[in-house]
Amino acid sequence: MRFIFAGFGGQGVMLMGQILAYAGMIEGKNVTWMPSYGPEMRGGTANCTVVVSDDQVASPVVDKAEVVVAMNIPSMLKFQDYITENGYFFLNKSVIDREPDRKDDVKIYKIQCNEIADELGNLKVANMVMLGAVIGATNIVSKESVFKALEKKLTGKKSELIEINKKAIEEGIRKAREQ
Amino acid sequence: MKKLLYKMPESLSGKEFTYCPGCHHGIIHRLIAEVVDELGIREKTLVVAPIGCSVFAYQFFNMDGTIAAHGRAPAVATGMKRARPDLYVFTYQGDGDLAAIGTAEIMHAANRGEKITTIFVNNAIYGMTGGQMAPTTLLGMKTTTTPYGRSAENDGYPMHMCEFLKEAKGIAYLARTKVNTPQDVEKTKKAIKKAFLAQVKGIGFGLVEVLSTCPTNWGIDPISANKWLEEHMIPEYPLGVFIDKVGDEK
Amino acid sequence: MEKVMVKGTEAIGEAAIRAGCRHFFGYPITPQSELPEYMSKRLPEVGGVFLQTESEVATVNMLYGAACTGTRVMTSTSSPGFSLMMEGVSYMACAQLPAVFVNVVRGGPGLGDIQPAQGDYWQATKGGGHGDYKLIVLAPSTVQEAVDLTVLAFDLADKYRTPALILADGLLGQMMEPVEFPEFRDLETLPDHSSWALTGANGRKPHIVTSFDIDPYVLEKMNLELVEKYKEIEKNEVRWEEFKTEDAEIIITAFGTVGRIAKSVVEMARKDGLKIGLFRPITVWPFPYKPLEELAEKVEMFFDVEMNMGQMLEDVRLAVKDKKPIAFYSRMGGVVPTPNEIYEALKKEIGRRVK
Repeated sequence: MRFIFAGFGGQGVMLMGQILAYAGMIEGKNVTWMPSYGPEMRGGTANCTVVVSDDQVASPVVDKAEVVVAMNIPSMLKFQDYITENGYFFLNKSVIDREPDRKDDVKIYKIQCNEIADELGNLKVANMVMLGAVIGATNIVSKESVFKALEKKLTGKKSELIEINKKAIEEGIRKAREQ
Repeated sequence: MKKLLYKMPESLSGKEFTYCPGCHHGIIHRLIAEVVDELGIREKTLVVAPIGCSVFAYQFFNMDGTIAAHGRAPAVATGMKRARPDLYVFTYQGDGDLAAIGTAEIMHAANRGEKITTIFVNNAIYGMTGGQMAPTTLLGMKTTTTPYGRSAENDGYPMHMCEFLKEAKGIAYLARTKVNTPQDVEKTKKAIKKAFLAQVKGIGFGLVEVLSTCPTNWGIDPISANKWLEEHMIPEYPLGVFIDKVGDEK
Repeated sequence: MEKVMVKGTEAIGEAAIRAGCRHFFGYPITPQSELPEYMSKRLPEVGGVFLQTESEVATVNMLYGAACTGTRVMTSTSSPGFSLMMEGVSYMACAQLPAVFVNVVRGGPGLGDIQPAQGDYWQATKGGGHGDYKLIVLAPSTVQEAVDLTVLAFDLADKYRTPALILADGLLGQMMEPVEFPEFRDLETLPDHSSWALTGANGRKPHIVTSFDIDPYVLEKMNLELVEKYKEIEKNEVRWEEFKTEDAEIIITAFGTVGRIAKSVVEMARKDGLKIGLFRPITVWPFPYKPLEELAEKVEMFFDVEMNMGQMLEDVRLAVKDKKPIAFYSRMGGVVPTPNEIYEALKKEIGRRVK
């Protein structure tokens, strides 16, 4: 399964992808994580591609993705045509106040990431709310694997943030399954 | 009764110098060899020869050695010293090598306080390539690339490396000397010893700039060259000790 | 060992440390600065030395100096930086100094951009610096392979006393994949260079390491010694991967990042019933001429794909000769071709030839 995570620099889209890839690795799957990089990362749009597969991952570069996650409007517009037929389109409703052009042949999930994160007490975990939604809808990896990935990734001082990130994941899963 | 008054330092290989008559490289080589002998570090010393007339320096010293790319001797020496801090490393560089193409490397090695020693021979001209202008060529001086004399407007001013370097905090010893009289030879030897001691004692970077002649490319005989150095180079490049963190020997 | 997710650049750094490298000199340049950054943090932990240099020119000469003492040493850079190192690389090849270079290739020529490219193939494999010399050039296509080839690069550099190069690109450098690292090499087991290294002339005649002799007859001998060495490397060290070539009618040739993207193309084509295979050189010098020539006897055509104007294509032609047609597809300037786009180009090529 191919994923594109996209948003503003600072929305944590890179980490979203990394946690998913890490969780995939924990489950013994083959994974790659590939960032877009360059000057545009500073305050501009950022995106990364994740492939999770039972087979060897040949190309880390994708021109189609089963899942596109857009955390802002430019990302929604840029990547909507990448989605395969009947693929998943996740939109951060807190930021995206309009409809995508691509909607008839894809499964759309609109998640109020920022508000949910805010209620949990830290706006920064909006990305993990969205990642939870992705997992809840696609079942690509288990919640437990994502939790393990968080524990691997958030070490040292950042380990204080593991709990709230877990809560965000759980909330995201719940929201996706409601839809 | 026979008495041994002088013998070749062990740190020289015995290979005959190939330098022109009246050139100071030979004297300076010998002084380095004597200093290394006196410090008893020959077996642990590496020589980095430059590109220029002294490209063969590695053959004249009885030590492990190499030739650096033009101007990069301080970088090569840095690599050696960082890999083997238990060894002693010195570079031997001319004015084209150190003051033109290699300015970045000497500035940074000195400023980092690399525990290496540099002997910088300034004869105000490119020797090996045939008498072209050096960064240290004096104003008005004729060379094969300044046939009308060096002009400040076109060619800029003579480079004063010691004066540029003296603000570098990493330097433990910095001096300018000459070797055109026996007294100056002795003084230069003392300076070279301090520049090596700076390394041996682990204090920092040591450099001695030795003003030198090039009778061949200056187009005068060796005795006149010694005189010319006195009259023309000394006013431009005053001798002196710019930095001394080594202190006096007991 | 447990698998970990790491970026390509960092994976190369950790692999170098495990291979016994304790000295790294480098200068920042995108897209590889994570490697010197990683080394600056990691080397002090293992008693090593990291030094940020004043330039790539200084870097290569510090490598020269460290290698003179018989010490494992490494640097990494990206295209323009590697150009600056060329003089020193030529010196090291002639002076027979082992060291490992990493070029995380970006778009060029000139300042170019900072996206993945393969435009430095010629520079890497055909010289780059002045004079007659070769580098051992390893082109990984996955992060795991980057780890394995980094270790191999140190071993080959030591074995043949020659600089080795990891030819990566921005994509491999930036992407993360699970990798398994090798165990730490016991430093006591590293190759013995005491017969030639500069370690102080203690109780023996001085060792001289240079790339110089004023006598042309002596220098010619040095040249011939290098030629013999390169022949030996060509005999022993050719490495490549074949993927589904057994029954293939068309062979895609590609290296590095494009090599793995092409694997997806093979899978796509196979689903459509097309008999496509992949030939991926792992050593781009020495280039696997012979196995590729052997394939030319069996297949109908070749399809070379690169992120440059057709640089490896020349080696493919040398191998295939006039035996079979060779088509070519490329993207340049830092544009990475997608599997679909390569597949479409391939189908077009097949269509053209069927007519």
